[in-house]
Amino acid sequence: MFLTFITFLPLAGALFLVFMPKESVAAIKQTALAVAVADFLLSLLLWTNFDNTTHKMQFELNVPWIEAWGINYHIGLDGISLLLYVMTTFLTMICVLASWDINKHMREYMIAMLTLSTGMLGVFISLDLFMFYVFWEFQLVPMYLIVGVWGGPRRIYASIKFFLFTAVGSLLMLVAILWIYFYIQETTGVATADILYITEHLDAPLGTQKWLWMAFFLAFAIKVPMFPFHTWLPDAHVEAPTAGSVILAGVLLKMGTYGFLRFNLPFFPQASYEFVPMVAWLAIIGIIYGALVAMVQEDLKKLVAYSSVSHLGFVMLGIFALNPYGIQGALIQNINHGISTGALFLLVGVVYDRRHTRLISEFGGLAKIMPKYTICFMIAALSSIGLPGMNGFIGEFLVLLGIFQVNGLWAACATSGVILAACYILWMFQRVMFLELKNPKNADLKDMNTREMLTVVPLLILIFWIGLYPKPFMDTFDASVTHLVSKVSPDNFRPKKEHHDNDHNDKHNDKQNEKHGEHARLITPTEMASLNHRLQMPALTKE
Amino acid sequence: MEPILAPESIDLIALAPVIVLSVFAMMVLIVDLFGGRNKTLLVFISLVGLLMTAISAFAKNPIPAYSFNDSYIVDHLSLFFICIFTISSALAILLSVEYNEREGIRAGEYYALILFCTVGMILLASSTDMIMIFLGIEIVSICLYVLAGIRRGNLASNEAALKYFLLGAFATGFLLYGMTLVYGSTGSTNLFEIADFVKNPEAQSNPLLLMGLVLLIIGFGFKVASVPFHMWAPDVYQGAPTPVTAFMAVGPKAAAFAAFFRVFAEAFPEMAPSWEVLLSSIAVLSMFFGNLGAIMQTNIKRMLAFSSISHAGYILMAVIAKNSLGASSLLFYMLAYAFTTFGIFGIVILLGRKGEENLEIENYSGLAYKHPIIALSMTVFLLSLAGLPPFAGFIAKFYIFSAAVQEGLITLVIIAVLNSAISFYYYLKVVVFMYMKEPEAEFRISLTPLTLFVVFVGVIATVSLGIFPGSIIALASH
Repeated sequence: MFLTFITFLPLAGALFLVFMPKESVAAIKQTALAVAVADFLLSLLLWTNFDNTTHKMQFELNVPWIEAWGINYHIGLDGISLLLYVMTTFLTMICVLASWDINKHMREYMIAMLTLSTGMLGVFISLDLFMFYVFWEFQLVPMYLIVGVWGGPRRIYASIKFFLFTAVGSLLMLVAILWIYFYIQETTGVATADILYITEHLDAPLGTQKWLWMAFFLAFAIKVPMFPFHTWLPDAHVEAPTAGSVILAGVLLKMGTYGFLRFNLPFFPQASYEFVPMVAWLAIIGIIYGALVAMVQEDLKKLVAYSSVSHLGFVMLGIFALNPYGIQGALIQNINHGISTGALFLLVGVVYDRRHTRLISEFGGLAKIMPKYTICFMIAALSSIGLPGMNGFIGEFLVLLGIFQVNGLWAACATSGVILAACYILWMFQRVMFLELKNPKNADLKDMNTREMLTVVPLLILIFWIGLYPKPFMDTFDASVTHLVSKVSPDNFRPKKEHHDNDHNDKHNDKQNEKHGEHARLITPTEMASLNHRLQMPALTKE
Repeated sequence: MEPILAPESIDLIALAPVIVLSVFAMMVLIVDLFGGRNKTLLVFISLVGLLMTAISAFAKNPIPAYSFNDSYIVDHLSLFFICIFTISSALAILLSVEYNEREGIRAGEYYALILFCTVGMILLASSTDMIMIFLGIEIVSICLYVLAGIRRGNLASNEAALKYFLLGAFATGFLLYGMTLVYGSTGSTNLFEIADFVKNPEAQSNPLLLMGLVLLIIGFGFKVASVPFHMWAPDVYQGAPTPVTAFMAVGPKAAAFAAFFRVFAEAFPEMAPSWEVLLSSIAVLSMFFGNLGAIMQTNIKRMLAFSSISHAGYILMAVIAKNSLGASSLLFYMLAYAFTTFGIFGIVILLGRKGEENLEIENYSGLAYKHPIIALSMTVFLLSLAGLPPFAGFIAKFYIFSAAVQEGLITLVIIAVLNSAISFYYYLKVVVFMYMKEPEAEFRISLTPLTLFVVFVGVIATVSLGIFPGSIIALASH
């Protein structure tokens, strides 16, 4: 019940705002902020009460919703979703604060923001496919309105593009969901869309798995977004208001990577394994392409948007390393990206509010007149590059470590992305902050005020916290990741007779082997050896 | 076949809803003769009549019950449909009152026609005999021809009526010819007897029967406005008075689908391989042309006409699925579609002005900041039509798609979902105008209570059917 309460609290707040007179802007803002802060604090309670020794779902609630179809209101959190959940409430709070100076339709804006928050939280807690889909689509509408109503000059184009891209992907996922629903009904005799049950019992032949995998892949890859489905992202980011960009980068994109971890890997382990090279190359192309395109951008926000494409490539690479390092790295990088890129968008918003332009060429020499701003920007920028001691380093390092165990070439290609990131970020930083203060319009820019500092500083603290002491974060998802890796490990669908190679995991995998045995693909001894090697690696935090 | 009806096969209790409603409709006609200019009493009688009809429908127990030599049936499907019909006719009448006053439509027979049309719809949904189906279709169509042209002084309304009448008569010809051929080759007009007859594989390949099936499809295809028999729909929807448009989009369409479903899923399921392809292509074409056509429209009524063509495509999937899930999804879809459609047309009426003006989508610019609640309701309806959660339209689409997936019609479902994506574009276009553009002119909206009430009912039903569909689904899936 507690989880339900936290999830729907923002929606209740939004409903309350509906009845407030729209003239009392200050009261509306304060109410929205109070709701967001309360929601964040309550969600922290979830984290403190979370038992991180188990991979099992916690704070579960399972009540019938549509009984005729066997669909339940089933919610819960595990290590994978908990941090994303807390990050969502956290960023919602930051975003409400960052939207203090919205100049039109404040009430409607806050309603959209709070509704969006409930939609996003719902995605992370859903343990029923139907319910997941409902939230997944539902959050599109408020985001669409935030971009379309409060966005920049090309907001209508950007918002419709955002909506249609995401919708097309998710509709194909809907077909796959239906297919799974009837398949489960046929094979086990239970009409259910329960994610945990399906994870346990779905055992489709490889050919079918591949089709289903692709349907889910399309939905999530568009959301992440992976190259070549990324084209909506720069448009949406550039046109969205500052807070919209922060939410978009911080949470919405994470729903895609979350989808891979919650559905693609555990539902279709074998297909996932088969598709690793494809995903890896797409991710690498994304990393390098995103970085190169970011380098030539003239608009600050577009630069950050393309850097997102590059950073999310790392996350995808980590997930599809299919080993503990990779997935832990991906999860922590998920959080990092939300924090660093969120901070960068907020900071870009600060100068945009003052100058109403984001062109890099308009700036230069800001360090002299805006010292506080420059320091904040520097921290966020360096974290985005992945400087040791900051959060980005932990994530990228783990991802590269994970992917290196799979394929050295991929790791090498991905590493070049880190170097390119340094190029485009530092070059941009130099052009904006250093050089001569030539543009007279910049001469009397004010430094950040208290409210702006309040939005950015918490993010900067997190940057150092994760960079220096990531243990509380890593511990949260350790058990879940270990469980997930054991579930998707290629050994599970290895034919039984080759079993003796791998005494270490025998007991653990016996059951799954029987289950997957009949559909298994024979793999070569060399492949086998490398897989065994990977599986015996202990999880990082247990060292 | 019995040559003469045995008296005991006539069960008047089973026929109660038809009788009750006919009596009330005639009462409306008579009262109108003496009632003078005040039509309030007529509205009241009509609404009471519809209520009594809905109640009397449940008089027959146990179900399924047959009457008139198995040509009339009271079963779950027909009961649920009678509820949909009475609800939608009641909403149509409520929408009409203030509209008719504004447009100066003083004809008392207006309400009687809606009631008679409902009688035809009930017959249509309850018949298990070709003759009865034909009777139902004719009653419905003739009432609609008159209703479409009831704004006598208006050119568009006249054009709509004439076009509808000519094409409709033509289509009825096809339908009748199809029925004749089916009768000729199977020796019966009764759906159950036909079903028995076509179990024989030899009978299935009879070219006359196949020809009959094709003609039936053409006839029904016209009545539900599916491509390529849809050409009348946009003009008629635009020209007819708005409450009649809403009524046509829901009630008669649902009735035609009920008969469509009965004929194909109950009489000819054995011959599915021969009609499945044809119906599937009609469904795909309807979705495609409906959605693409809607994108081009600037007039909201025309846009909704094309959107209703595409919805006919989705609903056809339930007929093609022909399983029990298909039947229950058809029921749920029509119910959800009824509330959403009446809601949306209610708003169209609210924003319209005398002489059917102010119906361009552009006229909705900036509505959200002048009348936020109305704009929000409109958004709810549009998103529900687009099939987005958590609204009724999503559950309805999900229901139909699942019926199709259960039958293994994956390709059809994929085409349908991609079409849904196309439809997002034009539904969102209205949202764009309402929320993202500045108002062009002053809004002169008279918030008339009855129309507002219909909109309110629509919103409540659309949202609650979307969030808590459980009990209705349980009812529909008996």
